[in-house]
Amino acid sequence: MTDTPIPAEASDGVGVVLPPSIRDVEPVRSVRTPIRLEYDFIPSAAAQQYLRAYGEKRILGNRSPVDGAVFVPPRGVDPRHGVVADEMVDLADIGHVGSFCVTHLPIPGRRDLPVPYVSAWIHLDGADIGFLGLVAGCANEDVRIGMRVRAVWKPDGELGDTAENVLHWEPTGEPDVPIAEAGNRAWGAKQAAAADDDADGGDSGA
Amino acid sequence: MTTLTVVTAVREVAVVSSAVHQVEALTFTTDVQLMVPLINEARGAVGLTQADIGFTCSGSSDFLAGQGFSFVQTLDAVGAFPPISESHVEMDGAFALYEAWVKLQVGEVDTALVYSYGKSSPGSRRDVLAVQLDPYTVAPLWPDAHAVAALQTRLLLESGAVSSEGLAEIAVRSQHHAVGNPNALRASAEATVAGVMAEPVVADPLRPSDIAAEADGGCVVVLAAGDRARSLSDRPAWIRGIDHRIDAHALGVRDLTRAPSAALAAARAGAGDDRLDIVELHGPTTSQEHILASELGLDADTLMNPSGGALAADTLMAAGLVRIAEAARRISSGDADRALAHATSGPCLQQNLVCVMEGE
Amino acid sequence: MGAERTAVLGVGQTHYRSTRGDVSIAGLVREAALRALEDAGLVWADIDAVVIGKAPDFFEGLMMPELYLADALGCVGKPILRVHTAGSVGGSTALVATSLVQARIHRRVLTVGFEKQSESNATWALSLPQPFSVSINAGAGGYFSPIIRQYMARSGAPDLIGCMVAFKDRQNALLNPYAHLHQHDLTFDQVVEAPMLWDPIRFSETCPSSDGACAMVLGDEAAGDASPGPVAWVHGTAMRSEANNFPGRDEVDPQASRDCAADVFGQVGITNPRAEIDVVEMYVPFSWFEPMWLESIGFAERDQGWRMVEEGATRLDGGDLPVNCSGGVLSSNPIGASGMIRFAEAALQVRGMAGDHQVDGARRAFGHAYGGGAQYFAMWVVGADKP
Repeated sequence: MTDTPIPAEASDGVGVVLPPSIRDVEPVRSVRTPIRLEYDFIPSAAAQQYLRAYGEKRILGNRSPVDGAVFVPPRGVDPRHGVVADEMVDLADIGHVGSFCVTHLPIPGRRDLPVPYVSAWIHLDGADIGFLGLVAGCANEDVRIGMRVRAVWKPDGELGDTAENVLHWEPTGEPDVPIAEAGNRAWGAKQAAAADDDADGGDSGA
Repeated sequence: MTTLTVVTAVREVAVVSSAVHQVEALTFTTDVQLMVPLINEARGAVGLTQADIGFTCSGSSDFLAGQGFSFVQTLDAVGAFPPISESHVEMDGAFALYEAWVKLQVGEVDTALVYSYGKSSPGSRRDVLAVQLDPYTVAPLWPDAHAVAALQTRLLLESGAVSSEGLAEIAVRSQHHAVGNPNALRASAEATVAGVMAEPVVADPLRPSDIAAEADGGCVVVLAAGDRARSLSDRPAWIRGIDHRIDAHALGVRDLTRAPSAALAAARAGAGDDRLDIVELHGPTTSQEHILASELGLDADTLMNPSGGALAADTLMAAGLVRIAEAARRISSGDADRALAHATSGPCLQQNLVCVMEGE
Repeated sequence: MGAERTAVLGVGQTHYRSTRGDVSIAGLVREAALRALEDAGLVWADIDAVVIGKAPDFFEGLMMPELYLADALGCVGKPILRVHTAGSVGGSTALVATSLVQARIHRRVLTVGFEKQSESNATWALSLPQPFSVSINAGAGGYFSPIIRQYMARSGAPDLIGCMVAFKDRQNALLNPYAHLHQHDLTFDQVVEAPMLWDPIRFSETCPSSDGACAMVLGDEAAGDASPGPVAWVHGTAMRSEANNFPGRDEVDPQASRDCAADVFGQVGITNPRAEIDVVEMYVPFSWFEPMWLESIGFAERDQGWRMVEEGATRLDGGDLPVNCSGGVLSSNPIGASGMIRFAEAALQVRGMAGDHQVDGARRAFGHAYGGGAQYFAMWVVGADKP
């Protein structure tokens, strides 16, 4: 992708006349200004709980007061309704791949990631939205929407208060979640099942 | 070649409710968690849900959050589902209010939700603001915001327009007025000119009390048009005029002891058409408050910054909207019949917005 | 009294390049603004207000650039607003400017979108380490690629549909002197064989990073009537936003997109978009978004957008609904301007001023922009005739 020269008509035709004293001075064509700004962030109460739980190999989510939907990570709000969600819920470290891609580019600051790698939207059992995670432990070509995965944790001695405690997500070998019920489609499937239950008068025993 | 015709607004639009929250530092609260209760408070005060809101507009800055696209997450506080008609400016919320007011003027919607917030405490505000300046010739020198305001203050003092004591009086008045304002950080009935003058300068000639108390916080305003406003509020604060203008950017190009854009915006907003009971000026320094007051030609009867103004608590990206909220609140309560609220943006009062409101 | 009829009086674009080392940021926006003024037969003094839009300030490290650019845009003593709605910003900026005229607050408004990506570090700005979250997302492609994969799975589309879109847009760009990518020797096979970046998106199916600015002059009905040249009349406008991660969210066909399109078509009285719109400029930064947006906007039925691509329906030569004749975002992408370029190109089409990429007889065009996590949408319909 080489650039073509700018056509002559690109300038607005205004000639700049320099004073004699600087006519022979080499013009400055660019200025490089390093900018450094430091920010001290303190995690919100919800984030602190979430990160500390990670240190204990627990994954926390938020439950919505409106309809019980569970959000992970917990952000303290149900974005559909703009209401506070502060009930915390423990989630299993197992779920499925809602969608994914195979990335062939390195990311700034993550030289540890071998390229190509799979980044996926992990939908934990009991959660109603996904979050980004790495999938490994199988060939990249074998990853698919609906594949069941579980967390691979760092060794106990290396755990910290961080989501980085989960090294990646690996396949469990269980049967896939059908595509029609995987990822963001799970919520619709769940609502439909609940409606069926209601229609049956709650006899399904679910 | 063309005259700028003054166009009168077609629709009456009013502030029908507002909510403000300002503190020294929001330590454990995210922007979203800050705004959820505020938005619900302002909407709830007039019995509106998000589904009743015709247009939503917000103002904020990524440079405070230290993250690009930071305003995207804050949308979670609004409850944007089903999808909403919504926009955002990377400016003080007063300009978001302007955009919402324009939308109401077009005539397709009757209500608007405006919000803005700023959490500057994690970073260094004075340094962050340095990157507002010309990126080629000025920003590389890193003149921080206090230094830039101090340059202006020095020019002001040397022009004879005001004395150091005069500036200290502005600081003292702000601290006195701020007493009782739950959203003010710097309030004291005991503040004196001598006390202020005794403070060591932080950016000569500016002392700590000359510079607005930095706050984290947010502000929400609900607008409504015509009879819709009357149905939502017993005494809406009607926006009779609103305008904003900008001056040249380069600090050496304009007379820093003046703010022509403020005077122009006030004229276009019809500020001088009738007496003003109260004025809320967004002056991040005493010197800037002085300049604004003289540009607006305010007389002695007008109560200046009854909330304490920005000097008492300055939430970057929301201070202007807070001025509008504070003025509107006092109209709706019956404490004032006619008010002017002002917002500024940029170094040394480069850009200014004026909003004139009246009770019916 | 209804809204004031609003017209696009002039359009100005810079040449989009990876590096415009010949101009500063101010020079860049002025180039576009001056061209728009010239196109409209106006001068700076005729402009009542300016609305400027661009993507995050962290890109160029310049906070609130409207302050620095006030002088360059002839704005001293005038109002200037700066809109920021992520990737859709160019579109929403145009809509804010339109509102000012529709509301009769101003008679003539200049609107500009820009990005000087050569003076920015967009990758850095998009990857700023966020406290408390794990960073594994490599750019916008890493975000959108999983969504595309879901579309492919749901629709059963053949694998090479994306490549067809990319090839089409790059061929169209050859007819647009302003476009960034002019790949004269590009073959379809080269598109297919390009390396994968975020499987299923190849390098050849990805938008470039460009310096550039786009400007329009909007005017009221009297200004439109008095214009020396053809104008484009604004027939409908709409914006919608939704949260980007909530239970049951359809990221492939977001409700905000559907609602926005329904709103704007409803304003114009369009019931069969494919038949009633002559040409489309939509925001396609990764190839597969063309069939996805065709469906979401309502030009194609669900799971049938890819067929329109396969049949050649969106081609400039012979298609019944040409899409992105300008080359689109896939050929030029100054992020803050890209949305406005879509709106401006739609206007150029109905003014008959799109040069070599003109669709013959185009009288009604659709402009589209999106941003964020596919959650912000801005759309307009413009026409050669008054609404």
